[in-house]
Amino acid sequence: MLFLIEFNVIQPDVGLIFWSAVIFVIFWLLMSKVAFKPIIAALKKRESDIQGSLDEAKRVRQEMQNLKAENEALLVQAREERAQILKEAKEAGNRIVEEAKTKSKEEAQKIVASTKEQIEHQKMAAITDLKNQVGAISLEIAEKVLRKELSGNSAQEAFVNDLVKEIKLN
Amino acid sequence: MRRYILSFICVFCLTAFAFSQDHQEQPAGEQHGTIDHQPSHGDGGHDAGCGPIEDHGFDPGAKAFHHVSDQNVYNIGPIQLPLPCFLYAPGHGWTTFSSGQFHPDAHGNGHAAISKYVLVEGLVRRIDDPSFPDGEVEIGHHPYLKMEMQADGKEKEIPYVCYNAKLYPTVGRSTADFGMFGGGISSFYDFSLTKNVVTMLLVFLFLALVFSSVAKAYSKRDGMAPTGLQGFMEPILLFIQDEVAKPFIGAKWEKYLPFLLSIFFFILGLNLFGQIPFFGGSNVTGNLAFTGVMAILTFLVVNLSGNRHYWEHVLWMPGVPSALKVLILTPVEFLGIFIKPFTLMLRLAANITAGHIVITIFISLIFIFGKGQWGPSLGTSIGSTVLTMFMMAIELLVAFIQAFVFTLLTASYIGSAVEDGHGHDHEEAGAHH
Repeated sequence: MLFLIEFNVIQPDVGLIFWSAVIFVIFWLLMSKVAFKPIIAALKKRESDIQGSLDEAKRVRQEMQNLKAENEALLVQAREERAQILKEAKEAGNRIVEEAKTKSKEEAQKIVASTKEQIEHQKMAAITDLKNQVGAISLEIAEKVLRKELSGNSAQEAFVNDLVKEIKLN
Repeated sequence: MRRYILSFICVFCLTAFAFSQDHQEQPAGEQHGTIDHQPSHGDGGHDAGCGPIEDHGFDPGAKAFHHVSDQNVYNIGPIQLPLPCFLYAPGHGWTTFSSGQFHPDAHGNGHAAISKYVLVEGLVRRIDDPSFPDGEVEIGHHPYLKMEMQADGKEKEIPYVCYNAKLYPTVGRSTADFGMFGGGISSFYDFSLTKNVVTMLLVFLFLALVFSSVAKAYSKRDGMAPTGLQGFMEPILLFIQDEVAKPFIGAKWEKYLPFLLSIFFFILGLNLFGQIPFFGGSNVTGNLAFTGVMAILTFLVVNLSGNRHYWEHVLWMPGVPSALKVLILTPVEFLGIFIKPFTLMLRLAANITAGHIVITIFISLIFIFGKGQWGPSLGTSIGSTVLTMFMMAIELLVAFIQAFVFTLLTASYIGSAVEDGHGHDHEEAGAHH
């Protein structure tokens, strides 16, 4: 059975005020030193670490992008250069082939010309030689005929035929 | 999950029902006992001829006030755990003993007087009458009587002790309300480790363990993701830091964050501790003594860190006509310095005490409507159990909200005291354009 109707939570007890103040102030000072300040410092450090990492990542990404752009530019340039080189090479090849063609034509013409000349020479030499031989043979035949005439008619004729045969062979 | 909750409610209802049956028989027995003993006994207490005890029956108001009150015993239901008493009476010096020496009954009424101190409903009171014997005195089983007396022109009901056929008035401990709420400075001061003090110490120890382990985790697991207790606490710590300290205090937030965290976690811990069922239901944060101390500390922190800009705004607001300043603004602002912490004190205490009282009243419904009968007792048991559980859920929310509100307002008061004025002037200039 309760009969003391007193709403005493609105009557701040001196002892409770004293103990509340002592306990809370000790809690405040102790926890600040032991827990809250180190925790705040750790959280702050981690936050700056995370921010640093993010910034670093951003920077690296930017760098990568720059590198990529650079690479692409290089690639484009290289492609252009390659095309240029190919074009030049083709041209050079064509030119060389053209040159070779003209040169070989000229050479061939030269060779043909010189050959013709030589043939002409040979021909002339052969004709000269033939002329000389014909002369010599004629002389010989004439000499032999002249000798045979002295021995008989028929014999002479056979002799001339023989000679003619000899000439054919040459 | 639903089945689990349902069975939980059933167990609660049955417990409440059993308690109501048990409790209703008690006053009947007591009444019977007093009537029976009255004429035949002549030894000790009111039996010694102070007249019969009036039985007021079950009084939910008294029950609720008793529940929210601080105690010199740690009472869990009918169990009264003794606590050390450190009492100081000017002229008589210190008296130190354990409250177990009062031999308190299930209601916290002591059966012995020690050096003129008695235990009435769990609270130590003193008999000022010099004729009452000093030392340890047996005062019988029902020694307390409530009687009206005239004090300072007001009628007041106070408990009397009946000893050797004489009634001795008792006085309560000194309170710092300057007589405004029925207290005042009396003949003794109670510096005992009361239930509230013990609760504060337990919460202190618990929080110290939690936060030292969290702090250790931060230094040990540097650069790693938080886990376990650290991971549980970190969002709360970051919430107070990022949503309360930084926006409300501004550039100097780091200096005041430990104070804000201490306030938040100490109040939250005490709020929640008071709501653990079968753990005594201590009402520390609902007591003006505790909230007053917190408010005074806030007042000191705010005004001791107030800069020139703050005092200028309080005492001589710039840009306002002088007459207006003298007549209205300065008095209002100056009173505001005291009203702000005063509202902090009242808000927290009122919210938490109201929660405790509402829950006590809901449980009391069982005893009011049950009256020892089987049917209504069971019915109200179920109804009020559901209501009580609903209230407890709301109180859980209130525990967080009130701790947060106290911290938030403290941060905003500190913020107004330390803001450097540039931002404010800029804002004003912007508003004029």
